[in-house]
Amino acid sequence: MIQLKHVSQVFNGRQGRVHALENINLEVERNEFVTLVGRSGCGKSTMLRMVAGLLQPTSGTITVAGEPVTKPRRDVSFMFQRPALLPWRTVLENVLLPVEILRLEKAPHLRRAHELLELVGLTGFEKRLPHELSGGMQQRVSLCRSLIQNPNVLLMDEPFSALDALTREELSVELQRIRMEQATTIIFVTHSIEEAVLLADRVVVLSARPGRLRKVVPVDIPRPRTLGHNAHADRVTEVSAELHELLMPAPMGDIA
Amino acid sequence: MTAEPLGQHRRTPAGIRLRDRITNWGLPLLGIVAIIALWWLATVVFSIEKYLLPSPVDVIYAFAGQAGFLMEQSWVTLVETVQGFVLSIVVGVPIAVLIASSRLIERTINPLLLMVNAVPKIAIAPILVVWMGFGQLPKVVMVFLLCFFPIVISTAAGLRSTPAELVELVHSLNASKVQAFFKVRFPYALAQVFVGLKVAISLAVIGAVIAEFVGADAGLGFVIVQSGASADTPLAFAAMTLLGLISIVLFYGLAALEKRLLPWAEEHR
Repeated sequence: MIQLKHVSQVFNGRQGRVHALENINLEVERNEFVTLVGRSGCGKSTMLRMVAGLLQPTSGTITVAGEPVTKPRRDVSFMFQRPALLPWRTVLENVLLPVEILRLEKAPHLRRAHELLELVGLTGFEKRLPHELSGGMQQRVSLCRSLIQNPNVLLMDEPFSALDALTREELSVELQRIRMEQATTIIFVTHSIEEAVLLADRVVVLSARPGRLRKVVPVDIPRPRTLGHNAHADRVTEVSAELHELLMPAPMGDIA
Repeated sequence: MTAEPLGQHRRTPAGIRLRDRITNWGLPLLGIVAIIALWWLATVVFSIEKYLLPSPVDVIYAFAGQAGFLMEQSWVTLVETVQGFVLSIVVGVPIAVLIASSRLIERTINPLLLMVNAVPKIAIAPILVVWMGFGQLPKVVMVFLLCFFPIVISTAAGLRSTPAELVELVHSLNASKVQAFFKVRFPYALAQVFVGLKVAISLAVIGAVIAEFVGADAGLGFVIVQSGASADTPLAFAAMTLLGLISIVLFYGLAALEKRLLPWAEEHR
């Protein structure tokens, strides 16, 4: 579904050229859930923006559904770290924004908007304005908006990182449920190991400066996964430990 | 999953609402009453001559004596003010859109705007009369000249202040420039536009009066000039009070419109 071949990104900063990403090769299958983890500044958001067509790679090619990405595609939607809701639009109107911009049919999408809002527990809040909602609710609205056009690919840039731990977990579980009901290819950027293990089929670990693909870790824990009592605690611990080691700098030799 | 409770900004208790009402209406009223009382006291205690400083009672008599005439003149000034104000919106907003759309245009137009704005308006007033005569037109133009600048500046600033995440959202949907403008950038700018409108409306009344001072046969500015010439200070004060009232009504009308149109803006700032 998504293919990155020898992708590099170089920014011209004030202090010379910055290699954000170097020679990334990655293939994401249809309906696969991939999480990108890495320390801040390793270029994971940059990678996501390039797949979205918001940014062109300095070299290398990116294809989605076999076509090279040159600009944002209609079947790819992007969910941001911040809710990015329009403050003058009601919850429902915000969810329907892509329908207006992409000039999709009104009636079926209105029905779908109501279904999505129900799915995330926002029935009864359709007429509210964003400032009347909590951060978690706003991000739920944002999730509904990114799903309204039934995208083949959903790109998520640390979408839950600004929320408190419990809301974050709640939304992660919801996201799994939504995805089980409706197949979508998802790339999810996070710096939380927990989130990565909870959500991913495969975890892609990036090293920092320049961002290189360090390792791809498959997560073969049965779904639905939760963070609480868990029948697969051993596997979760194992994968988490592996990711932890990959992300932390190597411990110093003799401390004595 | 259940919905989380609403944030604390939703105040429901009736006690708080009553307190809001008192601070919103009671305090401004108290200020006005206190000043009038002081003024009245001063005229009585120091027994100041009527033609120097009339007491509030004298002003009320002056008003009551020529109420019909004063209302007519108020209407003239009000119409000039509103016409000039609307004209400055109609012309100013599109120019702001142009300025915000390209750095090139901004660099070309900005010095011109600044130059025009730097000219003391009182200096242009007689020229306007020479060009346009004693009718309403020079007054409308004067109001326009005063209102135009703050409206252009604030609208352009508002159009440029679209938050980065909304700009990215629009990009990610591959929206056209026109869509981005009407669906996101302009509505977002409205909060700033209203800041400019409120500055402009308070200048608008001043503009109308300046123009009436220089050459007019109607309007409150004309009344003030006439009563000054005949030392009828109470009448001048009555006209000035009416000017103040017009200003206040226009300003609060605009503020109410803003609250109605942009209920989100207050929480968002």
